[in-house]
Order: sequence, then C-alpha cells, then structure tokens
Amino acid sequence: MTTSPHAQAGKPSLWARHKIFETNSILLILGILVMVSIGGLVEIAPLFYLRSTIEKVEGMRPYTPLELAGRAIYVREGCYNCHSQMIRPLRDEIERYGHFSLAAESMYDKPFQWGSKRTGPDLARVGGKYSDAWQLQHLNAPRSLVPQSIMPGYPFLAATELDVNRIAQEMRVNRMSGVPYTDEMIANAVTDLRAQVDPDHPQADAFQKRYPKAVARDFDGNPQRITEADAMIAYLQMLGTLVDFKQYDNKANLR
Amino acid sequence: MAAAQRFSMKGNETIGAGLCAIFGVLFLIIAGLTDHSAYAFHMVVMALACGLGFYAIVNWAARGDVRLEPLEIDGRPNYNDGPIRFATIAAMFWGIAGFTVGLVIALQLAFPVLNFDLPWTNFGRLRPLHTSAVIFAFGGNVLLATSFYVVQRTCHARLAGVLSPWFVVLGYNLFIVIAGTGYLLGITQGKEYAEPEWYADLFLTVVWVVYLLVFLATLWRRKEPHIYVANWFYLGFIVTIAVLHLGNNATIPVSLTSPKSYILWSGIQDAMFQWWYGHNAVGFFLTAGFLAIMYYFIPKRAERPVYSYRLSIIHFWALIFLYIWAGPHHLHYTALPDWAQTLGMTFSIMLWMPSWGGMINGLMTLSGAWDKLRTDPVLRMMVVSVAFYGMSTFEGPLMSIKAVNSLSHYTDWTIGHVHSGALGWVGYVSFGAIYCLVPWLWKKERLYSNRLVEWHFWISTIGIVFYISAMWVSGIMQGLMWRAYTSLGFLEYSFVETVAAMHPYYVIRAAGGGLFLLGALLMVYNLWMTVRVGAPRAEAVTGNLQQVPAE
Repeated sequence: MTTSPHAQAGKPSLWARHKIFETNSILLILGILVMVSIGGLVEIAPLFYLRSTIEKVEGMRPYTPLELAGRAIYVREGCYNCHSQMIRPLRDEIERYGHFSLAAESMYDKPFQWGSKRTGPDLARVGGKYSDAWQLQHLNAPRSLVPQSIMPGYPFLAATELDVNRIAQEMRVNRMSGVPYTDEMIANAVTDLRAQVDPDHPQADAFQKRYPKAVARDFDGNPQRITEADAMIAYLQMLGTLVDFKQYDNKANLR
Repeated sequence: MAAAQRFSMKGNETIGAGLCAIFGVLFLIIAGLTDHSAYAFHMVVMALACGLGFYAIVNWAARGDVRLEPLEIDGRPNYNDGPIRFATIAAMFWGIAGFTVGLVIALQLAFPVLNFDLPWTNFGRLRPLHTSAVIFAFGGNVLLATSFYVVQRTCHARLAGVLSPWFVVLGYNLFIVIAGTGYLLGITQGKEYAEPEWYADLFLTVVWVVYLLVFLATLWRRKEPHIYVANWFYLGFIVTIAVLHLGNNATIPVSLTSPKSYILWSGIQDAMFQWWYGHNAVGFFLTAGFLAIMYYFIPKRAERPVYSYRLSIIHFWALIFLYIWAGPHHLHYTALPDWAQTLGMTFSIMLWMPSWGGMINGLMTLSGAWDKLRTDPVLRMMVVSVAFYGMSTFEGPLMSIKAVNSLSHYTDWTIGHVHSGALGWVGYVSFGAIYCLVPWLWKKERLYSNRLVEWHFWISTIGIVFYISAMWVSGIMQGLMWRAYTSLGFLEYSFVETVAAMHPYYVIRAAGGGLFLLGALLMVYNLWMTVRVGAPRAEAVTGNLQQVPAE
C-alpha cells in the first residue's frame, strides 16, 4: 500500500512527490500544521480587528459583582446545556423572545453562553419577564409553576450561602482580558455585592452610579443572608435588559 | 541474579521521580491552602497519583537490569503491549460508564423526577459527564490503545520509551477522573466538550506532548521507509487536537487556590474559538483518529489491501484542510458576522467530498472479500460503522445549510445527528477494533463467542435506529412547532407545549440507548471470557506472520 506508484520514465509523477511527506515525519507534521492553520486564521483573526464585528450600542456595562457571581452559578450548574442565550433574527423567535441578540450584548461574557440546544426556552431576554418570587419558586420546584416542565429543581441554591471571598479577584482577572472594571469597582466589590441585595444599604447610591440600570433588591426574599439564589436571580433578571433598543440603529450596524 | 538486582536509576527515571516528588508536595500545599473543598479533593488525588508514580518508578528502578526489555528478539520486534492492554480495559470501563450516564440523562428528560433535585445528580452536571465519558474517556482510550498498537506494527518497531507510554495512558486516565469528578462537584469552564478547568487542562497538555513524542519517536524507529496511511491520520489527530486544546483553553486562573478561571476571549470571539474547537473535536478526535483505526483494522480483518492509495492521499489532505473551516455552522443566524457564517456553510458542504472519499476507501477495501460479511460479525460491525460514517457526513453538510439549520438548530435533530455519528461510526469502529485487539493482545486463538458478537451487533443496531429516528421526529417536530402560526397570525404553541410533545420520543430514545448499553455489556462479557477461557494462540511459537500489516 505505501509503496508509491512508480515514477514515469524521466520526471516523477505528482503522486510520487508525495513520498517526501510519507518518509519524513517532521515534514508531515509541518504540512498538517499549515493545512489546519489556514481556516482558523481566516475565520478567527478578523473578529479581533474588524470594527463592524461588535455593534455600537448604548447601555452595555460589566456585570455587577452579584450578577457575576450569579453567572458563575449558571455556568457551574450547566444551564447552557438546555438554555440558549442567543435569539436569532427569525420572525417566530423575535415574537417569542424579543429583539434578536447583538454581539455587543455578550461582549463581557467569559465564557459566552449562547448555548446550542433549547430543551428549555431561550434566556437572552428573560430579565424582567417574571417576578423574583416566580423565579425563586421556579428554581426550587419548576413543576409547581409549569406542570409540564422537565427542568431539574434547584432547591439547594436558596439554602446555600453565597461564597463572596474571591469576587474582587475574579473581577481583576476579568479586567486582565478586557472587561472594563475600574479600580473603584474592584475595591468596592464586596460592598457593592451587599448593596445590591439591600436597597437601604448606605452605599446604594454609589453602587447605582458604578453600575447604571442595576437592580438592587432582596432577590430571594430572605434578607437575613445572601444566598446563591440571590445571585442567580439577580443574573437572570438583568439578562437582555442593558441595551436600549429605542436608541439602537440597526441600519448603522449592517455587517 | 544478584547483579541484575542492583539498584540504579537512569537519568529519565530520576527526572520522573523528582517531578513526582516536587509536584506531589506542591499539590499537597495547595490542598492545604484552598478553602474550596472539591478543589482540595482534586489536589489530594493528584498528590496521591504523584506519590504512586514516585513509588512505581523507584520500585521499577530497583528491578535492576531486568527492566530493560530488548527492542528485538530473534530479529523480530519485541512489541510493548502493556500500556495497550491497560488502555483497552479502560476504554471498555469508561464506555460502559459513559453509556450508562447517557441512559440516565435520557431518562431524566423523559421523567424529570430522576434529577432528584440534588446538585450532583441534575441534568446540567451529568450531561457533560456523559459527553466527556464517551468522547474523551471511551474514545480517547480507544485511540491511545489502537495508535500504540498500529504504530508499532506498521513500523516493525517497539514503542519508544519505557516510562513514557505508561505515563501517557495512566496520566490520560487520571485527567479523565479529575475532569469527571469535577463536573459532578460543580467545577467546569462552561464550554461544551471543553469543560475541564485550567489545572486539568494544563495536566492534559503535558500528557499530550508526551503522547506526541512517544508516537513520533516510534515512527523514527521504523524499518519501512514510508509512514503507513493510518499513522498520517493519527499524527493529524494528535497535532491538531493539541492546537485546538491550547486555543480554546487560553484562560487565566483566578488564583492558585481556586479551581475557577476566566477565558481570554469574550462573547463573539469566544463563541468562534469554541466552535472552531468544538467542530474539530469532531473532525480530528472523532473522525481523523477513527479513520486511522479504519485504515488499519479493516484491511487487516478483511485481509485485503486498502482500496486506493491515491484516494487516501487526496482525502487526507482535503479532510484536514476543510474540516477546520466548518466551525461557524454551529453559529448560524447568531450574532456572528454573516461572512463567517457563509464561509462555515460553504466549507461544510465541500467537506462532504473528502468525507465520502474516506468512506469509499474503507468500503471498497472489501472488494473481493464481501463474502466475509456473512461469516465475520466483527468485520460487519466495522463496515456498518463506515456506512454510518457516510450517512452522518451527508447529514452534516445538509444541516449546515442555513435554511435547514434555521429549523434544525437548537432541536433534537442535532442530538440525533451526533448520535448516528457517535454510536454508529465511532462506537462501531471502536467495538470492531477492540474485538480484534483483545485476542491479539492476550494471545488468544479467537474470540470467546461469535454468536455474542452477532447479538451485540443486532441489539445495538436496533438501539441506534430507535435513537436516531426518535430524534429526527422530535427535532423536526419541535422546530416546526416553534415556528407554527395560527390563521390569525399568532404563534400557535407556547414553549412548554412543545416540550410536552417531546415526551414519547424521549422514552423511545431512552429505550434505544438502553439497547445500545445492553449490547456493550454483552461485549464486555464476551471479552472477559475470551481473556479468561480462550484457547491460547497456536502460532505464538511459529512466528507472527499474521502480524504483518496490510501494506
């Protein structure tokens, strides 16, 4: 099999020239590397420099510390296995879920959570659709609200204290790769986190200034402590609420 | 034999033992410092592995000269099959584990009460466990076992390295344990098929580099001037998976005492990186690697040469070139710019050709030996796997067309497509290879029972048909229900109505998965009996003429 077809008299055939790869493992590896690099470079590299890749929008801001913690729980529980966060520009999806998702809306998402399967509905604009009490009850026991739902229950979220030890460091790491957290935001991380679950917190105004449009209230209905359900619901309630679509100019962002 | 017992450490053994000691201590220190209990558990497991590694190396060195096996005996290569036997057993173990978890999560979708509402038993954590167990644990061990087997036989040379092949198979399986237990305990990056966190990723990188070096160094020992075609595919798989792994796991850890990390890329760039990785995990792990298996085991079993040498050249280079471009078809109609989506679609459709080039080369190898399909169920399994490969590589380009994708995306059609490839192609070609390997590795005359292979084949084929037809129906039905309008112009179905409509198909799918698992259990029994009671191979003394690869 590996004996190459014999060369024609005089000049070697094109097939015989393949011998150089078959007899030299390093050349074979180099050949493979060249072949597999081209597609990736052409498709990925321009996304970092073409300015049209991410639309210009009003209202995007980094996640508040509580939302960031909630997002980490969303990732930890593998919600992306069943829920997308990416509304496609198709008529039925826009009617069902709202304006199609923009690239700008996930520009601070590490990792992105667009998902690939809708065993449950899309969550890109779930923020503000339901009350906190509904979200809590739904997380605790989905079928008590939606009898035909096949979602697992997450009663342990409301029973687990939120771990806030490393939140400032997590924001710092996000900043290292491009999320515009300021020194002030990082210095006040834990205070801001507490202020978001307590509207009467002395730092409530400073928190609102740092994170415009952030909603501050006791999300899990238990003012005694800050639970994972607080963080999760805070995250769910802000999804899709940042960009102001009244001011968004779709025509200016044709790609 | 006193002289042979003399303790002497070689350079690489000293380095190995030293690294085990240093990292063992480091892991213990981290375990003591962190307040994250699951992470501490992982650090203790890795420290224990280092301790065992240290003990094993020193013990090994204490065997003195006995440990140095000759490269050749009587002019014939003295093949190193120990690590291959380990990886073969590991493949069957993880296969059963992965299929079982798959059955569990299939049942959870049909009967959600089975989630038990506990953190470590809910669907969101078990689904990555299933995908990683079948792809990386089962598939990965099959690739390790077969690549180490094939590279030795086609090069007529003993596997390079003494400790390093063992480091590769044991280290890879340790990575699997760390990754899998991590998901259950809530440690994940949240990127599909790349869920393991930064420390597991770093460890895998080390294992993978050693794997490449062992493979290459064995190639350098070859007696043949030419590198056999299966080895091109193995090399393509090993090298490209390394590139993909590094690109998609470029993360910054929160700290040494935290299992969590954040990826360098965000949003749209991260999405593109992810599906560049994700689709090529299919292209290079589940396709190139398993095509290598096809190129060795089908000619060997059919005792026919590979159909076309020229076709293998064309389809090798075309396949690896085109596959890389196909990632964006996972992101149709998303916020990814249209130019990238169009490129992804175009190349996905072109990819049909080299894929079928591989299928034709595999099937036509049977020329002149088609009658063997009647008598050899193992060969039949591998040939059917190539047919499934052809089917899913036709379905894939079809689904990558944007108009089709607007219906199929986000639905069970994708799940069905994946499983016709995973159960039919990867599963069957792996089963076929393992049915070949076990008698060869344990020096047995034949398998314990061909009847059981027949049963395995038919039970799991019926299982696959149940599975993929249920997913076609449920996927297309749900896609149509989502976009259905009433005569008054309102959306006809609420989301949960479409969920409720899936129930019967989820039950059928679970039944299909159950049959597939049952077939695999028959296989385990058959292999176990082959090793335990099978008659030893007669030609063990007369030479290994049958071991010459199909060339």
